[in-house]
Amino acid sequence: MTLSPSELALGSPFTEWFESRGWAPHAHQLEMLAAVRAGRDALLIAPTGGGKTLAGFLPSLTALAAKPGEGKNQGPHTLYISPLKALAVDIQRNLSAPVEEMGLKIGIEARTGDTPANRRRRQREVPPDILLTTPESLAVLISDEEAATYFGQIETVVVDEAHALAGTKRGDQLALCLARLQVFSPGLRRIGLSATVAWPEELKSWLAADGDASSVTVVKGGDAAAPVVSILETAERLPWSGHYGLHAVPEIYQEITKAEVTLVFVNTRAQAELLFQELWRANDDNLPIALHHGSLAREQRRKVEAAMSAGSLRAVVATSSLDLGIDWAAVDLVVQVGPPKGISRLIQRIGRAGHRLDVPSRAMLVPCNRFEVLECRCAIDGVEARTLDGDPPGVGGLDVLAQHLLGLACSAPFTADEAYAEVTRAGPYRTLQRSDFDDVLSYVEDGGYALKAYDRWRRLFKTAAGRYELADRRIALRHRMNIGTIVESVTMKVKLKRGPVLGEVEEYFAIHLEPGDSFVFAGQMLIFQGIRETTVEVTRGTGDAPKVPAYMGTRFPFTTHLSDRVRDALADPGSWSGLPDQVLEWLRLQQWRSVMPGRDGLLVETFPRGGKEYLVAYGFAGRNAHQTLGMLLTKRMERLGLSPLGFVASDYVIAVWSLEPATDMAALFDQDMLGDDLESWLEECSLMRRTFRNVAIVAGLIERRLPGREKTGRQVTFNTDLIYDVLREHQPDHILLRAARSDARGGMIDVGRLAEMLARAKGGIRHRRLDRVSPLAVPILLEVGKEQVRGAADADLLAEAQSYFDEAELVAEAMGGPDHGELPLR
Amino acid sequence: MNALPGKTIPFDLNGAKLLPLASGALYWPVRKMLIVADLHLEKGSAYARTGQLLPPYDSRATLAALEQTMTGLETHSVICLGDSFHDEEAAARLDRTDVDHLSRLMAGRNWIWIAGNHDPAPPAGLGGETMAELVDGPLVFRHEAEDAAFNREVVGELSGHFHPKARVATRARRITGRCFVEDGRRAILPSFGAYTGGLDVRDPAIQKFFGRDFRVHLLAAGGVFRFPASALSR
Repeated sequence: MTLSPSELALGSPFTEWFESRGWAPHAHQLEMLAAVRAGRDALLIAPTGGGKTLAGFLPSLTALAAKPGEGKNQGPHTLYISPLKALAVDIQRNLSAPVEEMGLKIGIEARTGDTPANRRRRQREVPPDILLTTPESLAVLISDEEAATYFGQIETVVVDEAHALAGTKRGDQLALCLARLQVFSPGLRRIGLSATVAWPEELKSWLAADGDASSVTVVKGGDAAAPVVSILETAERLPWSGHYGLHAVPEIYQEITKAEVTLVFVNTRAQAELLFQELWRANDDNLPIALHHGSLAREQRRKVEAAMSAGSLRAVVATSSLDLGIDWAAVDLVVQVGPPKGISRLIQRIGRAGHRLDVPSRAMLVPCNRFEVLECRCAIDGVEARTLDGDPPGVGGLDVLAQHLLGLACSAPFTADEAYAEVTRAGPYRTLQRSDFDDVLSYVEDGGYALKAYDRWRRLFKTAAGRYELADRRIALRHRMNIGTIVESVTMKVKLKRGPVLGEVEEYFAIHLEPGDSFVFAGQMLIFQGIRETTVEVTRGTGDAPKVPAYMGTRFPFTTHLSDRVRDALADPGSWSGLPDQVLEWLRLQQWRSVMPGRDGLLVETFPRGGKEYLVAYGFAGRNAHQTLGMLLTKRMERLGLSPLGFVASDYVIAVWSLEPATDMAALFDQDMLGDDLESWLEECSLMRRTFRNVAIVAGLIERRLPGREKTGRQVTFNTDLIYDVLREHQPDHILLRAARSDARGGMIDVGRLAEMLARAKGGIRHRRLDRVSPLAVPILLEVGKEQVRGAADADLLAEAQSYFDEAELVAEAMGGPDHGELPLR
Repeated sequence: MNALPGKTIPFDLNGAKLLPLASGALYWPVRKMLIVADLHLEKGSAYARTGQLLPPYDSRATLAALEQTMTGLETHSVICLGDSFHDEEAAARLDRTDVDHLSRLMAGRNWIWIAGNHDPAPPAGLGGETMAELVDGPLVFRHEAEDAAFNREVVGELSGHFHPKARVATRARRITGRCFVEDGRRAILPSFGAYTGGLDVRDPAIQKFFGRDFRVHLLAAGGVFRFPASALSR
């Protein structure tokens, strides 16, 4: 073997270690080393496997090996940040092995929320060379009074799974913490490890100081062998609608028996439960098949992960809970049940199989209905063309900034100018307006209320010199207990009567259960018995028609890119070859009965059915934008006297039904609906309230944990809806309302995509008046009744319900019915 | 005058005809009396005192709602059924504006503060009369419902304290809201304060006061809606 000059630069004992294994360093590992040695930030973009982690650590390991002396550290040399606690702990194991083999004296320790207090204390007194942690734990460390000393000598930060952090609130928080570290240690170098993304430039800006992408050297890891992806060709009848894929269970099971280890990915927790149960029903060979999703008890999830690592499982049914995480080399097949919703996400999931660069990953997609066949086909085309999608990270959240500013004050006093200069060095905040910053600071200081000030209970005190300092040390204690930007929905424990806790369901789901209702959870059929305080009490049940858990877990956004591909495929019959006959027949029938939605413009079909008038618009703008459109359309139809009754939205279409037919489509879909109608609806809608709740919690208006009440965990201490109503009335421009509005518009409301869709529709609406439902509209009409129907006001619905009970009461009274023995005293 | 915004159905309590209002107040037409429970004034600043800086606008929101309820409704007297102030220092924390507002509402009216557990001794200096309990004709007003004891039945009782709310299934979705709960002998009022949450009427704490046959009067924007106990979902 000949050594290039750069390989030689690796030096002892690294060269020997590689040689002793018969390995050679990967080119990307050496390029990373060279970039960091040249004083640059570095971003490694590579598929999983192939020594990515080692590439991230090599610069630090070589530097630490060359460091003279055994003197006690003031603080860590290198900080490693992972989005997953489990990953931080796993890396500690994997990194310690080669370090020991090389005989290096490098201390490596993990610090997460699970690290016991005595070890944390020791880590403070005797800092390790390399500290492995999460964004939340880093934020806690940053808020320490000794943070400046502790991090004064830090040289390198390694951010793992950077693509999964950028663009989230956790990513915002991390970027702010990195800006802080840069102040403590101006020479700090940043290393990012990322999967392939559609927006490498934006990712560079996110990682770099000052958002300066030019300071980052991008290193490309070796391309993985092209994955082999197929679509399950079912022999069964392909359902018209539905998202569970249960028709294909026997065929999925067959694939599991043929593979070594299979990861079965689904999109929602409810789907995971059902599929898991059906797989076990088909499990004639008693294969060890497990279930993994975010609602299961943590111990149960850990058990499944450990069994996977030990190689004792043949398959796991999982949600996004396993999208990231420890590599399991034995996985040789990934099955994606349901539509992938985005090409980058699919590539990520496929990458969980075949963790060796030279072996192609094998994956199979299982469409659950006819629309999904198209989407799966288009996604595979996208994977083969190696296109990537997904939205680049946006601007940082103001709620995260509020949390961070209080953290800064817990650590040391600052002036407004200093803090503004510092936070605008973080990528997501480089466009932050000074006025917004000042409003956030004023909120942190005393609530920022215009009409009435909390002088006596301010959190920050402004000294004569203009420095903000903590008004009371106890605030720091409480703040540290509430650090973090992941807001969990309110959940309730599910507990077997006189038995163990099985996991948690969202409160929203639990309060909709009636005693005797059955549902599938943790892979078992359960009967709801009642609610005891914050626990859902259940017994084991039998039967096979459960009331399925409505908790959705994640609903992935349908990427614009994949949506465009589906549109193109529909518009081009030449691309239909190879589609299953059932799908072909469906599409041809649509051509004959109506028309295909084109590449441009907007197809709107109207038809009568069952005494109602239906309107179906093929927007392809994703479910969130269609939901918003549904609200706005029904509003407008109400004004036009069309008596809308409800609507239902999917990623592809929106269907509205009314008593009178709509005729003037240009007026109905005019962009002006994004003005006052949107504003007035936005303020009232429940999504806005939910968004406000998240903002209020992250910004620290509402605390999750209070001293002495740590165990109450996720239950917040105040109903945020009440605050929302009062604040909206009395200070509509308060910074937290502004933060909530901007979050909602970007996320759940998806105004941007709706605006694009309406702009595209303008002048290009094709209205087809039909005498009956079109083939393409069948799937969405089958959703009616399964989905919650919206559109009517509370008072109307209650009046209707009341009249029913008034009637029932009258009849019962007249007929001397039961339950009316006690008449009011007179 | 358009005295009653929204729809409502009166109910009968020990012979008195009472009108539940969408704001959460109760009106007794023959006495021209308005009854409200659990204003919890200055609850926001009580939280601020412990470090959670909630918007300090709850008192003005509550008083504004009270004023709006009285607008166009001839009101000779007002009974506040206790917990009118969130804590014993709450009155002292009231803004000048809010104190003035309250005084305007009280002016020319017979105003009674029933003592509650949060405000066992409602504040001096604001006016009005303070009492532990009030009996007027067929009705008795107290903060917390009383257990029937020694074979003595409770009749005509109006109280607050529990902040009842109820959940009703409709064609499209279940709707939760604050409510009155009554069985012809006693009634518990919903909380009136802007920052007050609620307890489901099915909770044993409320259930123990009622038999199987009771009614809720559910508040919604635009009216009060009556449902029998059998209509409630849990």
